[in-house]
Amino acid sequence: MPILLLAEHNNSNLKVFTLNAITAASKIDQDIHVLVAGNKCENVAKEVSTVPLVKKVLYVDSPSYENFLAENLTPLIIKVSESYTHIIASANTFGKNLMPRVSALLDSSQISDVIRINSPEEFLRPIYAGNAFATVKSNDKKKCITIRPTSFDAAPKSGGSASIEKIEATDIPSISKFIKREETKSERPELGTARIVISGGRGMQSGENFKLINSIADKLNAAVGASRAAVDAGYIGNDHQVGQTGKVVVPDLYIAVGISGAIQHLAGMKESKIIVAINKDGEAPIFSIADYGLEADLFEALPQFLDELNKLNTIQK
Amino acid sequence: MKIIVAVKRVIDYNVQIRVKEDGSGVNSDNVKMSTNPPDDNAIEEAVKLKESGKAKEIVAVTIGDEKAQETVRKALAVGADRGIHIKSDNYIEPLGIAKILKKIVEKEKPDLVFLGKQAIDDDCNQTGQMLAALLGWPQGTFASKIEHKDKIIEVTREVDEGLETIEINLPAIITCDLRLNEPRFASLPNIMKARKKPIEQLNAKDLGVDILNRIQQLKVEEPPKRKNGIKVSSVAELVSKLKNEAKVI
Repeated sequence: MPILLLAEHNNSNLKVFTLNAITAASKIDQDIHVLVAGNKCENVAKEVSTVPLVKKVLYVDSPSYENFLAENLTPLIIKVSESYTHIIASANTFGKNLMPRVSALLDSSQISDVIRINSPEEFLRPIYAGNAFATVKSNDKKKCITIRPTSFDAAPKSGGSASIEKIEATDIPSISKFIKREETKSERPELGTARIVISGGRGMQSGENFKLINSIADKLNAAVGASRAAVDAGYIGNDHQVGQTGKVVVPDLYIAVGISGAIQHLAGMKESKIIVAINKDGEAPIFSIADYGLEADLFEALPQFLDELNKLNTIQK
Repeated sequence: MKIIVAVKRVIDYNVQIRVKEDGSGVNSDNVKMSTNPPDDNAIEEAVKLKESGKAKEIVAVTIGDEKAQETVRKALAVGADRGIHIKSDNYIEPLGIAKILKKIVEKEKPDLVFLGKQAIDDDCNQTGQMLAALLGWPQGTFASKIEHKDKIIEVTREVDEGLETIEINLPAIITCDLRLNEPRFASLPNIMKARKKPIEQLNAKDLGVDILNRIQQLKVEEPPKRKNGIKVSSVAELVSKLKNEAKVI
């Protein structure tokens, strides 16, 4: 039986993490159908149809789906799900909000945040902020799964030609209404997919001081992250938070500046390939997972860091 | 308005957990336990609504073993009026928990149910959304700000792109983010007073709901260890290592 994958998009473009979820789905079964539900989102359906791993695109257009309210999308997904064994979405806020609502109505026990597919029934997932990994087997006939996108490569986007089937919208319950979305615009790479991330913690002491981080981010073409402490202190917006309850990032290089390394922060970045810690407290827990630790005052180290980077002839982008 | 707050007892967030050698789970013997952190925000928000005159009664509910009652007692000490403890010695999956909470909601008929957005032990992030689905209620998940306006509630949600604001009809489910508020500490007199507040005890298996787990936990293991890193003595050395040894810049 085929897999139903829920695409995340903004009505114009597919969100890249959907491609990571497609790769994960392909490890369960090759017959992958993708549901693109939105308003005036035909372009997204076309975009998905060129992904070689996708066999079919189900596309539905309705003003009720424009803002992806879980209350409105759930009846549609329940109806479409009939002919599928697995329903899959990426474990970012879209999938986290929507999938349990679907799962409960299918009387299926959801498996959240899967990082490895062992078989169509068996999965690996992190628990306790990633301090333990659990191998779990689902006995439900229909399985609802969210995928941790950073644990799978993005599926190639071109060369495919899946069929596109337009389907009907279903009735909505009219119990919720979208008001507004405040997105942070940035010229820098997205935190979730950036090759390099530089993050600041409470040690930055103010939002103003994040300019030291920003100038290095610009030099390295890096995304800017933050610990919860820095976000809570108002130094930077919540969309920069890395951690158990923020974003999980797996860049080639993660630079933690003025971050002590609370368990909940480590949960969001400790799978990074190379970790650098800059902290004046030599006993800070962040050093225990850092490949390169520098015990120094960040207000001296960061300007020097920028100077040293400026001396380099080439920097990988 | 009547509010139910669901709370869970978990291993304290500061404890470095240890995986059992036989792979059967995580060691919780003689380990500090406390209320799941965002559940504290859930209680706080309910108490704030009561203080502002918008809520009349707050009922704190937990599901778990005998000691889980401590989380209800703590909720009573910061302002909940009474408690319900549904006893179960076994782990129940979020779907089963949602079914139990649905029973309680049908009996208590609250206008709002607050839950933490995620428990820090199983990290599932499911229960609130599942409860909303089973009741056919709207859900305001990952809430960092709420505003009550008569028959509706405006919820500001923390989403990947930034913030999203929605309006949901009452009755509704709200799952709370850590930034929703600053949970208060219970004062000694209030802890004393909470001892006299009633806690109703029920048994999970007597509620007539299907709480059989559908997911078998086959093995729990430690994540792969990172290899030991080094300390560098200067910024120049750091940049040189990143360029020539790690080859990442």
